[in-house]
Amino acid sequence: MRWPIFLARRLAALAAVLLVASFLVYGLLYTVPGGPMSFLLGNRSGTPEQIAAIRHQYHLDQPFLVRYFSWLGDALHGDFGQSLVYRQDVSDLMSTRLTTTGLLVLYATGIIVVAGVALGLLGALRRGPVDTVVSAVNSVFLATPPFVVGVVLVVVFALGLGWFPVFGPGTGFGDRLYHLTLPAIALSLGSVGFLARITRASVGEELGREHVETARSRGLPESHIVRRHVLRNASIPVVTVTGLTVAGLIAGSVVVENIFALDGLGSLLVRAILQRDFAVVQGVVLVLVTAFVIVNLVVDLCYSLIDPRLSPGEAA
Amino acid sequence: MSEDLLVLDRLRLEVPAGRRQWRTLVDDVSLTVAPGEAVGLVGESGSGKSMTARSVLRLTPPGARLGGRISFDDTSVLELGTRELRALRARRIAMIFQEPRAHINPVRSIGDFLTEAQITNLSASPKQAHAKAVRLLADVGITDGERRMRQHPHELSGGLLQRVMIASVLAAEPDLVLADEPTTALDVTTQSEVMAVLDELRRDRGMAMLLITHDIGLAAATCDRIGVMYAGRIVEVQSAEALTESPRHPYSRGLLSSRPSLDRVVHPLPVVPGRAVAAFEAEEGCAFAPRCAVSTPECSAVRPPLRAVDGAHVACIRAEEP
Repeated sequence: MRWPIFLARRLAALAAVLLVASFLVYGLLYTVPGGPMSFLLGNRSGTPEQIAAIRHQYHLDQPFLVRYFSWLGDALHGDFGQSLVYRQDVSDLMSTRLTTTGLLVLYATGIIVVAGVALGLLGALRRGPVDTVVSAVNSVFLATPPFVVGVVLVVVFALGLGWFPVFGPGTGFGDRLYHLTLPAIALSLGSVGFLARITRASVGEELGREHVETARSRGLPESHIVRRHVLRNASIPVVTVTGLTVAGLIAGSVVVENIFALDGLGSLLVRAILQRDFAVVQGVVLVLVTAFVIVNLVVDLCYSLIDPRLSPGEAA
Repeated sequence: MSEDLLVLDRLRLEVPAGRRQWRTLVDDVSLTVAPGEAVGLVGESGSGKSMTARSVLRLTPPGARLGGRISFDDTSVLELGTRELRALRARRIAMIFQEPRAHINPVRSIGDFLTEAQITNLSASPKQAHAKAVRLLADVGITDGERRMRQHPHELSGGLLQRVMIASVLAAEPDLVLADEPTTALDVTTQSEVMAVLDELRRDRGMAMLLITHDIGLAAATCDRIGVMYAGRIVEVQSAEALTESPRHPYSRGLLSSRPSLDRVVHPLPVVPGRAVAAFEAEEGCAFAPRCAVSTPECSAVRPPLRAVDGAHVACIRAEEP
């Protein structure tokens, strides 16, 4: 199997997963107690004519599958309908928040990968006191919830030292990154500790492998061995964990968004759920699912690039 | 100055086993290898033969303690600093491992494996290294070298991989090859081919070899001299012909007679009774005495030293008896 076929297959699988997910996302909302009608009516008990009029306005009088497909068709064009609460297009509500959350998650991912791998390597390669200190730091990172980290960061670096703004997303790319620094750190610390542990274990295991012994028996310098024979071999679990973490960050950013008063996708979703704003919930969840599936695809592609045994290259 | 390339003098290897406890794996091993000579080291699993070979390169388990003296070309290996040890491993002594599939990095190409050491250790250009690697692959009987260089270990059979390993060792042009059970993981038919390739190329290039194997027949066919190890000690050293003709130690005799022969069918195949013991399990006296058919009460009293008997070196008090 060659790369083009491999990619085509993966993309087809991705489309199938998204189709199923969209069906579930759309369908589940109609099975929740109350359903859309009770929300639209509120506390009023409308006359049968009024109910019929509302049902018609929201196409609720049509069969479920018809409604699903028309919603799906619109969604493919970026039209997720109108928010029942804000009377605004869902896509407009999402677009600015998507940028904020997307930047935040990317920023946090960068921190997680760089700091997590660096700490893990440090622990694995320098056994002894350094390893002990690194492990202790990782445990603290892992055990501290993001909202605590967020509050501490605000108190120390924003209010105390005044290095960073207290809240808000900022304007322009540089200013945004500046504003997002503390939130990204708050969001990433726990995952940094987690990834560092995985990296340490994986690198430690790889250092004891037979092929590393071969490299040593050939008199190659230790730094060369780590670069050429340990890092790449040890990176499969690291990539897996990074992928899962990033996917989790997208939904988990809501806490951090609240602390730093960032109007992101997470806060929008939580509010929409509380207000039973169906169109918004559907739209946001679909975006999250898409991001999740794409992250997984990227992880799978990384596997194939890292390990030739998993790659679609020509067989012997 | 000695004429020997490698001299092991009362080599002792201990590994940590819990709190302040040490386990002896190799005990009092003395052995020499002359330039160009092939010496076999034979014994059962756990006899310490593999650890003896690894000690030469100081590829011992973490925390292990080495005693005695290892001298290679008149330099003391145990006193080398990191840099000199790397130089020794890079240019003078090379090792062939038992499991090529585990001992070659699975995510890098064969070409990478063959050229890496040349480029890093011998400062060859990638082009030179590539050309030399293809030549060496042809030498070890792999004709479509250019294609193989692009492939990865999982695309090659075990026999081919071991040939690749041999080619990589030849690339460094070492003075001594340590071959640790190089054919044990292979099919019987591939075994003899791979061994023939290794032996022939080694002779052509005048490299000495220390062959570790449990197959005394294989050692006899390829080596000039053979040392037999039991429980971390050498119990007998003789030239290969003399050992197969007239083994002196009862253990060597047992090893030789427990080999199946194609000429005559024997039922049941004679075996050495009992279980092989490691050095740290051995009791006072001769470690082989509990399994020995001709042991006397005297055998369990004092551990017999290795002594010269008619051109052989044997560690048995009854070696002179026929």
